[in-house]
Amino acid sequence: MKQNPPPPRLTLRGISKQYPGCLANDDIHLDIAPAEIHALLGENGAGKSTLMKVIYGLVKPDRGELLWDGLPIEVKDPAHARKMGIGMVFQHFSLFETLTVTENIALALGDDAGELEPLAEKIRTVSEKYGMAINPEREIHTLSVGERQRVEIVRCLVQNIKLLILDEPTSVLTPQEVDTLFVTLRQLAHEGCSILFISHKLNEVKALCHKATVLRSGRVSGECIPADEDTTSMAKLMVGDDTPVSTTYPKKLGNSPLLSVHDLNLNSPDPFGVQLKHINLTVNAGEIVGIAGVAGNGQEELLASLSGEQRCKDNKTITFADTPVGKLSPDKRREWGLAFVPEERLGRGAVPEMSLTENALLTGFLTGLVQNGMVAWKKAEAFADDIIAQYKVKTPSRQAQADSLSGGNLQKFIIGREIMQNPRILIAAHPTWGVDIGAATAIHKALINLRDQGAAILVVSEDIDELFLISDRIGAICDGALSPIKPTPESSIPELGRMMAGDFNPAREERVTP
Amino acid sequence: MIKLEPRGERSSTMAYLSPVLAAVLTMLTGLVVFTLLGVDPVEALITILYVPISDTHGLAELCVKTAPILLCAIGLSVAFKAKIWNIGAEGQLLMGGLFGSYIALQLIEAEGFWVLPLVLIAGALGGMVWSGIAAILKVRFNTNEILTTIMMNYIALNVLLWAVHGPLKDPEGYNFPESALFGESALLPILIDNTRVHFGMALALFAVVAVWVLMSRSFYGFQIKVMGMDAGAARLSGFKEKRLAYFALLLSGGLAGLAGVGEVAGPIGQLIPQISPGYGYAAIIVAFLGRLHPVGILLASLLMALLYMGGEMAQISLGLPLALTGMFQGMLLFYLLACDVLISFRIRLKPKKITPTPPSILASDTQG
Repeated sequence: MKQNPPPPRLTLRGISKQYPGCLANDDIHLDIAPAEIHALLGENGAGKSTLMKVIYGLVKPDRGELLWDGLPIEVKDPAHARKMGIGMVFQHFSLFETLTVTENIALALGDDAGELEPLAEKIRTVSEKYGMAINPEREIHTLSVGERQRVEIVRCLVQNIKLLILDEPTSVLTPQEVDTLFVTLRQLAHEGCSILFISHKLNEVKALCHKATVLRSGRVSGECIPADEDTTSMAKLMVGDDTPVSTTYPKKLGNSPLLSVHDLNLNSPDPFGVQLKHINLTVNAGEIVGIAGVAGNGQEELLASLSGEQRCKDNKTITFADTPVGKLSPDKRREWGLAFVPEERLGRGAVPEMSLTENALLTGFLTGLVQNGMVAWKKAEAFADDIIAQYKVKTPSRQAQADSLSGGNLQKFIIGREIMQNPRILIAAHPTWGVDIGAATAIHKALINLRDQGAAILVVSEDIDELFLISDRIGAICDGALSPIKPTPESSIPELGRMMAGDFNPAREERVTP
Repeated sequence: MIKLEPRGERSSTMAYLSPVLAAVLTMLTGLVVFTLLGVDPVEALITILYVPISDTHGLAELCVKTAPILLCAIGLSVAFKAKIWNIGAEGQLLMGGLFGSYIALQLIEAEGFWVLPLVLIAGALGGMVWSGIAAILKVRFNTNEILTTIMMNYIALNVLLWAVHGPLKDPEGYNFPESALFGESALLPILIDNTRVHFGMALALFAVVAVWVLMSRSFYGFQIKVMGMDAGAARLSGFKEKRLAYFALLLSGGLAGLAGVGEVAGPIGQLIPQISPGYGYAAIIVAFLGRLHPVGILLASLLMALLYMGGEMAQISLGLPLALTGMFQGMLLFYLLACDVLISFRIRLKPKKITPTPPSILASDTQG
């Protein structure tokens, strides 16, 4: 008998999954060898999530088969997947805030958890072995997002694990935390565990992964060895040839303040919210200020204070040019010239079940669309048509419901709606989150145009690359405190990373951004 | 095997078809129930659905019954659009009847065109006071309006009973729990001679048009809809949530109060303990059956009024219990909610197929 090389840990053959109105996975083939770190690359909506749900037994494929260590298998459900040795870390953690680390892990393991004492000991051992220090006794709400992710990973590691799936694990981490995570993952792989690393960040894939499979609109558009490719060629695989993948914009600095925040302190009404501490911020006319930060460090609270959803105690805490607005309601602030793009596109930015016309009216009501208390529907329709045409929103018509649009198209519509009201101040939260590269570029260009017309723009984002691309000045928010804001060319990714982690001391200078 | 499959997007056809389907299924179930009760089912259905309106008198009575249901339901539709679940139309109706009666009895000797408007305004205010209490509790103290409005129904009923057994009782009424008959000036004028169709029906139709304009043309109505569909978006746009909640509850309470005063100052002509056979509750079903749309609500309230009349007719001529009306109302709502599933899901009839198992899986099973 001939000695064969060991079979791949996991093989996917011709996996297809049809959702109503969307072929999420179309004939996908994939091999992951033992000890291999394999990247699954693709834009949002390319089918990555569906595919990993198939592997984890959450979704049954319509066609195709899975081979585990060379043998065909049907993953019945996540419990079965865990038994087989598959662990998964989701992008959105499923942890109970008021329970301890051990209790959370015990809940996730179910019957396999055993007694809490030995489990806590095991958690301690495993976390130390892989350099992810966590205290099993701590309650989840006291942990940072990065630490919560460690809990999720440790949850997988306390079991006998053969394949670890990570869904966009770095999106919630500072650059320094990303480096630490990579060390852990490399150690795991070295010990023989296969890792499926789902991402759309090319630099990370290049730095970490041995092989990559690229998905585009549900199909495998290419496979490559990331180390041998440059990021541009991988990006082309992800988005196709016709989309420009990168541009640069000239930086500008303004000098007349339009939006000023003076010593903003806020106790969040949410018990797990973040307290804002002494926030001072100025955004000048004709510049874009970017605020980086790991999710849940006070961004929501800051944004709510700026939009007017959360009023300040003192009217002078926030001023638009020289007008104090701290106590004004959102519509009064809009009347002054504020436009706002919220983080949630469906559910705050747009009403899911309303038509685009109605959604145009939602914030456009101050621009003459309402006369004597009555809606001028003809004008609202014309406004919606203008947005659709100018921002190239792909939709059958203005009658389409907001939730029938793809994320990128709806975001273009919302950004268009806000910008076409000629705001003097625009505040945008995560403007390109979950948006494909083409739409992201269009949105960036629109923001730059608005800046060049003299508006003051504040962008809050978790995407550092985006912030360096479009911001004229940049800073970070951590635990409700805001770092000093620096002109972007004088800052660097490592420095911003330190600020995201709460180290606002600008003295140390490392290498400058490439 | 029957399988429910998500449609991916809501079917607007199904949204309109669902109430019709619910009505048909209710009738079919009715047929079965009648058969089980030993009544000729076809005759029973004819008795309930056709006989009551087979002559002009019947049609006129249909209008009399429709008016209060329509007024309550059209008001409720505004609250429901705002996702404010006012279940208290019955109590608001009773309070409207009580407040209106009080004014009418104070002005029993008075004459003049101004008496009736005063009585009607008092009735509307009565309903608004009652829903206003629930509104204050909701906005200020964040109580659940479903619970408060239901509880207020029982309070309203008992306040009404107290009044009619006590202060408002007709001193010359041989101790019957009834008020004196209202003066002529306090009664709603009859619209069609020789019938009981009164001005309340005109008020109801006017309310339908007004609510339709409010909800589809005015910015205030738009804000109410946004608040109901997506409170976060309403807040971000600076819509005044509290004010809108007050408005929706006061409007629905006021219209229910108007329905109540319309009954006492209309067909009844005095305050009695039973001014409503549950119109306020029926209006909830009507509002949903009519898809919260004015035209739909108009049609649904006609159907509901017919069911009330048909139930009485079945009691008289077939000897069936009056509870039949309640049963039909219940079935209607039940089937409507069931059929509404089909708006977002489609039924797939699948032959229970035996999945051809690839031999490889069998192999792995034996090994595993």
